[in-house]
Amino acid sequence: MEETVRFTLNGKPATVKVDSDRLLLWVLRTDLGLTGTKYGCGESFCGACTVIVNGEAVRSCQTSVKDVRNKEVVTIEGLEGKGGLHPVQKAFVEHDALQCGYCTPGMIMNAYAFLRKHPKPSAAEIVEGMDDNLCRCGAHNRIIQAIQAAAKEMHGGH
Amino acid sequence: MNEYQYRENDAEEAALPMDRRRFLQTTGTGIFLFFKIRDVSFFTQEGPGRALQQNVPSDFNAYLRIGEDGRVACYTGKIEMGQGIVTSLAQMLADELDVHIDDVDMVMGDTDLCPWDRGTFGSLSTRAFGPSLRTAGAEARRVLIEMASEQLKVPVKDLVTEGGAVFDRTNAKTHIAYAALAKGKKIERHLTDPVVVKKPSEFKIMSKPLTRRDAREKVTGKAKYAGDIDLPGMLYAKILRPPAHGAKLVDVDTSEAGRVEGARVIRDGDLVAVLHKYPDVAQSALSKIKAKFDNPPATPLSTVDDRSIYEHLLKVAPAGKVVASGGDLTAGEKESASVLEQTYFNAYVAHAPMEPHTAVVKIEGKRATVWASTQAPFGAREEVAKALGFRTEDVRVITPFVGGGFGGKTAHGQVVEAARLARLSGSPVQVAWTRNEEFFYDTFRPAAVIKIRSGITGKGRISFWDYNVYFAGERGAPHFYEIPNHRTTAYNSSWVGGEGTHPFATGAWRAPGNNSNSFARESHIDIMAAKAGIDPVEFRLQHLSDAKMKRVLQTAAEKFGWKPAKSPSGRGLGVALGIDAGTYVASIAEVEVNKGTGDVSVKRVLAVQDMGLVVNPAGATIQMEGCITMGLGYALREGLRFKGEEITDVNFGTYEIPRFSWLPKIETHILDDENAPPQGGGEPAIVTMGAVIANAIYDAVGARLFELPMIPGRVKEAMNKG
Repeated sequence: MEETVRFTLNGKPATVKVDSDRLLLWVLRTDLGLTGTKYGCGESFCGACTVIVNGEAVRSCQTSVKDVRNKEVVTIEGLEGKGGLHPVQKAFVEHDALQCGYCTPGMIMNAYAFLRKHPKPSAAEIVEGMDDNLCRCGAHNRIIQAIQAAAKEMHGGH
Repeated sequence: MNEYQYRENDAEEAALPMDRRRFLQTTGTGIFLFFKIRDVSFFTQEGPGRALQQNVPSDFNAYLRIGEDGRVACYTGKIEMGQGIVTSLAQMLADELDVHIDDVDMVMGDTDLCPWDRGTFGSLSTRAFGPSLRTAGAEARRVLIEMASEQLKVPVKDLVTEGGAVFDRTNAKTHIAYAALAKGKKIERHLTDPVVVKKPSEFKIMSKPLTRRDAREKVTGKAKYAGDIDLPGMLYAKILRPPAHGAKLVDVDTSEAGRVEGARVIRDGDLVAVLHKYPDVAQSALSKIKAKFDNPPATPLSTVDDRSIYEHLLKVAPAGKVVASGGDLTAGEKESASVLEQTYFNAYVAHAPMEPHTAVVKIEGKRATVWASTQAPFGAREEVAKALGFRTEDVRVITPFVGGGFGGKTAHGQVVEAARLARLSGSPVQVAWTRNEEFFYDTFRPAAVIKIRSGITGKGRISFWDYNVYFAGERGAPHFYEIPNHRTTAYNSSWVGGEGTHPFATGAWRAPGNNSNSFARESHIDIMAAKAGIDPVEFRLQHLSDAKMKRVLQTAAEKFGWKPAKSPSGRGLGVALGIDAGTYVASIAEVEVNKGTGDVSVKRVLAVQDMGLVVNPAGATIQMEGCITMGLGYALREGLRFKGEEITDVNFGTYEIPRFSWLPKIETHILDDENAPPQGGGEPAIVTMGAVIANAIYDAVGARLFELPMIPGRVKEAMNKG
């Protein structure tokens, strides 16, 4: 059913008038033109579509628009602050933690949410926290290093 | 059936069909340098050859331009799919031209702006294209110095270049920037004579690690892939698919789908699609279509599955072709104390790039513009032109970032689908395959069988080697050991089988053929080493005369801390060697096998590679790591399941690809050989992954695996056989 749904998107109010059962992934990509969030599998296996809703990493391919009503949604486009790249983004660049880059937005968003809960993670915790995000190019070990470096920059520690 | 195989005369066709004048008109002022790929013989050896072009002049296939703003642009039909050439090619050019790398633009994969190129595959960009690009850069620098000499009235011998300007070495105040030299000019040069490129000792940018130039766009979500292209009035198309390859549509009712608001149903023969301005709405409307398909006609392929496929393949194999031989097999067998005969199998494997095949097509009058995720934009252009009945030059293919290819995007059925639907609908159309479609229409790595019969003498020398490969292809089939009597026979020389061979399409998969061949060869070498009671590293060294391969293996053993022991030693250590794309690789792995479940955990993988001159060591290292990581998949889990022409693995829920928790400690070493020409880097380190793990499993538990992937059940079964 078409209805108006309001939520916060990357810090700004957003309003969409859509069938609220539609999936957030497609509303972000088409209605709202934020194409940084990617489709990879459509069944929540790969994590390419990961966005943050109220601080939690969610799979936007399995989240309907009505589920984010009045919530705060952050996508890869909203991560860069006034001071430039977010530490996680910066660490991905510095550690060459990407190849084709298609899984990268989902990886970064998942890492971002993970680091909010695990400010000083061990490598094993990072592996566990990232294990459901898939990468085909094989950047895994560098992604782990990048997340460790980002944690260090954000929270000191290890 | 061999339409995708390479033809002998293709080298002649490797050139440009475009009108150079039109080209220069659109590109404005500047200094232009046209060049062709120096050694087209590379392209006669390898390559899917989908992008055939007839009767086009063999003129040039890349060019660079120095603009009035001093920026240097390289126009090439190669594409960036993660392998990092947007960085490494720019490094080469910046170094030869003495400009800052930030002043180099790579214009890639746009068929209107870039000259013809066969495609991006075969680890060819650096080794085949790179030397030509460097030569062009060096020639452009020479031209700039000549022009500066005239303008500055300084003899050429006194001029040097640095930072995008020409300086008088005797008086640094006298200088002129490239930008000023290019101003208001339209100069066209062709590279014909050999030009001297820089010596490794003169490199300022090449051979030094450099972070990816596309990283910033990719971490901010700004990088555009084909699916991110949105045009005014564009519709997303979702296409009705058969349940199995070869199934025929007999009845379809689209009435309910047509009632979805804003949905347009299009039918053209077997092509039935729903178009909508939102892809998800198109998808749900598509699910309302009622369709009846007839089973594919009954053939031997209707009853094969992933278990019976090997028997089928052996049954339909064509006559063999000897691709390498020497000595006398019968004589070798007579000298043998032991004869070892084994058969090796590997499954169909999906490319599974994270970005599924996607294309956008816009048609205006008799011209079409295409945005496609493809490894072969010029091939895609031909296919679109043919499908639409347009002239080739009236189709422009633009290649945005490609989200992984691995060989799978040398085929691009989605482009033709989008073109047909754009014409039928009169609107720009995007076709983005779902993951299910990706698994259905992939050109899989072929299942293959390899039979090896060999012997060793009482002294532990290999006495003969009779190697027979069915359907993997020739790449990596000939061995590189010192064996007096040997023969390598390929039954079907490529990754595409004849009619009735495979139940679905097969194609080139990262280092095509070589993964299967190296798995069989290096497993079998290990079996002989164990039979002879000799340490597997030592056994290999005893049978190698190639100095480069010896050095690679010795370095790997040394870096790993290899201590000689007869296998199985219980330590879980394996070794394997390979040659691919001109690069030599030695891998050593350590595994742990869960004796209860048969589950294999890879703890450590070390790879040493000799790839000649390394242009971007950071990039080359990353490619090696990618190879090792991706190789874990086909070694341990990836094997497509199917029943006849129906594919039952349709998403990552059942088709598992490597994930973080699989990752071993990875160590890579590149042997510096800066005076040797650069070799391929995108594929070699993956070819050893099957055997190095199989050999490590044997060393751990004394169980020999003959089939990939080495899933826990198979490991357990092999352990029970003991």
